[in-house]
Amino acid sequence: MNLRRDAFQAIADPTRRAILLLVASQAMTAGAIASNFDTARPTVSKHLQILTECDLLKQEQNGREMYYHLNAGKMKEIAEFIEPFRQMWDERFNKLESIMKDYQLKQKE
Amino acid sequence: MEQKTKIHAEEGRQELLITRQFDLPIDLLFKAYTEAELVEQWMGTKVLKLESNKHGAYQFETSDPKGNKHGFNGVIHEFELNRKITRTFEMENTPFAVQLEYLDFEALSDSTSKLTMHVVYKSAAIRDQILQLPFAQGINMAHNRLESILSKKS
Repeated sequence: MNLRRDAFQAIADPTRRAILLLVASQAMTAGAIASNFDTARPTVSKHLQILTECDLLKQEQNGREMYYHLNAGKMKEIAEFIEPFRQMWDERFNKLESIMKDYQLKQKE
Repeated sequence: MEQKTKIHAEEGRQELLITRQFDLPIDLLFKAYTEAELVEQWMGTKVLKLESNKHGAYQFETSDPKGNKHGFNGVIHEFELNRKITRTFEMENTPFAVQLEYLDFEALSDSTSKLTMHVVYKSAAIRDQILQLPFAQGINMAHNRLESILSKKS
């Protein structure tokens, strides 16, 4: 399994980014996180599981409750941060390529 | 599948490399950077000025969905047809310092080419901030969405 790739996929989802934002300020239980979303509780649990699996979130037992908090070390890894930057350039260059292909066809006419 | 666009950014450095292979002959790739009409199309910007020569300057203006205008400008230091462009790049009205861009164009075959952008920033911290802009925008979008969901609830 490619862990780095999974972290990219994890932050590509807007709900998961919102979860990261929520727990960035304080550790929260799954229930408290879920109460911030209209989404069904099992869907939020699935997101939490994905974020935990790729190390963006850490779980910590506090009494009977399990708290989720941000794994700052992982978040700091520049690779995760630069993926949206790469995608931005990739889209821009895809556009360049398609526009220049059209241009090429027009020149041949 | 191998990614067509690659970013190489080493930790703690004030520079980065963006590389991309194109299914385009070298002259067409280069042209995409030198003709105002083409730049406007692929960059999605208005070109106010584009002097594609040594000591030339350029000025772009984009409008965001809210109608705010954002200016970009720079000067061209080196210009070699189908080979290289060295230029500065400045985002107007932002705290970001001017950056230096070395664009190298390379023919791989008659119909394919490669662009290497070597971008040098004033500091490693500024580079990291700029690298994180699209990520931060994603977070902000998620945040705004979250806020609208929460405001609907109350």
